[in-house]
Amino acid sequence: MTLLRLTFCIALCWTTQAWCQSSMESIKGGTYIPLYGRDSLQVTISDFDMDVYPVTNQDYLQFVKEHPKWQRSKVIKLFADKNYLSQWVSDTILGTSQSLNAAVTNISWFAAKDYCDCQGKRLPTVDEWEYVAMSNDKMPDARPLETYNEYILSWYEKPKTFNNEIGSTFKNYWGIYDLHGLVWEWTLDFNSVLVSGESRKDVDNDSNLFCGSAAIGATDLMNYAAFMRYAIRGSVKARYTMKNLGFRCVRNKNEITNENL
Amino acid sequence: MKISNYLLVFVLAFMSMGSCKDQAKTNEVTALYQCPMKCEGEKTYSESKSCPVCKMDLLALAQPSALLEEPFRIPETSIFNLTTKWNTEEDETISLIDLKGKPLVMVMIYTTCKAACPRLVADMRNIEKQIPEVKQEDLQYVLISIDPETDTPKRLKEFAIENQMDGKQWTFLQGSVSAVREFANVLAVKYKQISPMDFSHSNIISVFNPKGELVHQQEGLGVDNIETVDHILELLK
Repeated sequence: MTLLRLTFCIALCWTTQAWCQSSMESIKGGTYIPLYGRDSLQVTISDFDMDVYPVTNQDYLQFVKEHPKWQRSKVIKLFADKNYLSQWVSDTILGTSQSLNAAVTNISWFAAKDYCDCQGKRLPTVDEWEYVAMSNDKMPDARPLETYNEYILSWYEKPKTFNNEIGSTFKNYWGIYDLHGLVWEWTLDFNSVLVSGESRKDVDNDSNLFCGSAAIGATDLMNYAAFMRYAIRGSVKARYTMKNLGFRCVRNKNEITNENL
Repeated sequence: MKISNYLLVFVLAFMSMGSCKDQAKTNEVTALYQCPMKCEGEKTYSESKSCPVCKMDLLALAQPSALLEEPFRIPETSIFNLTTKWNTEEDETISLIDLKGKPLVMVMIYTTCKAACPRLVADMRNIEKQIPEVKQEDLQYVLISIDPETDTPKRLKEFAIENQMDGKQWTFLQGSVSAVREFANVLAVKYKQISPMDFSHSNIISVFNPKGELVHQQEGLGVDNIETVDHILELLK
C-alpha cells in the first residue's frame, strides 16, 4: 500500500516536473528607482516568483511539440518574423550547434507570452525584471558598484554568449541565474519603453526616457549598461526575433496553480 | 477506495495540466503532412515532423473540406487572428473578427486624456469629413482604450456622445489589460501609464482592409492625412 502511494507520488511529481521544468525563486517586493523610469519616480514591486533560468531550447522544443501552432513552419506572420527559430533544422529539431540547455532565442514576444501563459505564468514587467537584475551575488541593489557594471559591459563585448548553457553565469542575491551574461530577455510591457527614433516625434508626452542618451558618458557606466537594455526594448516590435533575445517567466504570488495539488 | 482516490487526484492533475495542450490538438486533428520532396512517394503522416529520409519539415496538405466549411480564411497578417474579447460602448462583447467585412480605421486613445487624444480624435473626424457621405456606412472607425480600467462601456458611450461620434460607423472598445497590450503590440503602439489618470503613448492611426490586414499607418499629430484618406478611398472602391 505504501509502495503504491509512493509510486503515485513519484509519478505525479514527475509529470509536474515535465510541464514546469523550470524551478522558481521567490522575489520579495520593494520600492526602487529605475534608471529610466520617470524623474526619479519610485516604483513599487509586489512579491512574485521568477524562473531561476531562462527558458531553454529543450523547454521550448517540448512546448512546440505540444502546441504545433508555434512550430516554425506553422507560426503566422502576425506573431513572428521570418527569423523565428531560424537556427533550428526543422520544426522539432535543434540546430547542430545548439545545446538543449542553452536559452531559446529567435523568439517573438507573442511566442514568449503564450509560452508563459500555458505554464500558468506570465512575462515579467520591465520594472520587475530590472528590480531583480540590479542585484549581484550579495546585494539586492549592486548598481552603484563598479564591478557590477563592468561585468555587464564585458558581456556586451563577448560574442555568441547565447550558445552558452543556462546557469553558466552568477547566481544573484535572489537565487536567479543568467539575467546578465547570456541573452537579452523579453518583458511583458517592453512597448512601454518610449525610447526610439519614432517615439521622439509622435509620443505626446515628450519622453524623458530619451534623455538617457545624455548619460552615455564614459564616467557613467551604470547608466550605459541599463541604457542599452532600454534602447533594445524601445527598438523592437513584438513580432521581431533576434538570436540573442530569449525570455523567462514569472508568476504572481497569489496565483499558485494546481501544480501544488 | 484509497487507491481510487489517488488515481482520481492523479488523473485530475494530469487533465488540468494538459488542458492547454488539448486545445491545440483539436485544431490539428484532421491535418495531414507530407515531405515536400516526396522522398517516400505519396506517404502521409498525421503529425508534423521532419521527413525521415531528407530531414526537411513536412508540409501540411491542403484540406479541401476545411476550405468549403470556412469560406473566409483569415490571412496570416490579419488582426482577426487575435482571439481576445472586447466590450463595445453599447456594452456588447465582440471579437475583432466580428469587425470583418469593412475597412477599419483604428486608433488607441483614453478618454481622460487632456493632451494628444483630443487632437487624435480630431484627426479621426477630419478623416471622416473627407470620405463621401454615401461611403460612410461602408467604413468602420474603431477607437480602442489603453485605459480599460477607467474606460468602461458606459464611459466610452459618454465620450462618444460628447464628441459626436455616436453614429453606427464609430465603435469604441474596452479590452482586458493583456488584450490591450497585445493589440498595441500588433499596431506597434507604445504606451506607459505615468499616473493613475495619465498615459504616455504613440499617436498612430492605422488603416486595415476588410480582411484585417494593415494597409497604412499614419504617425504623429495633426499631420497631413491625404495619404491616409487615399488609402481608405482605395479600399472603398
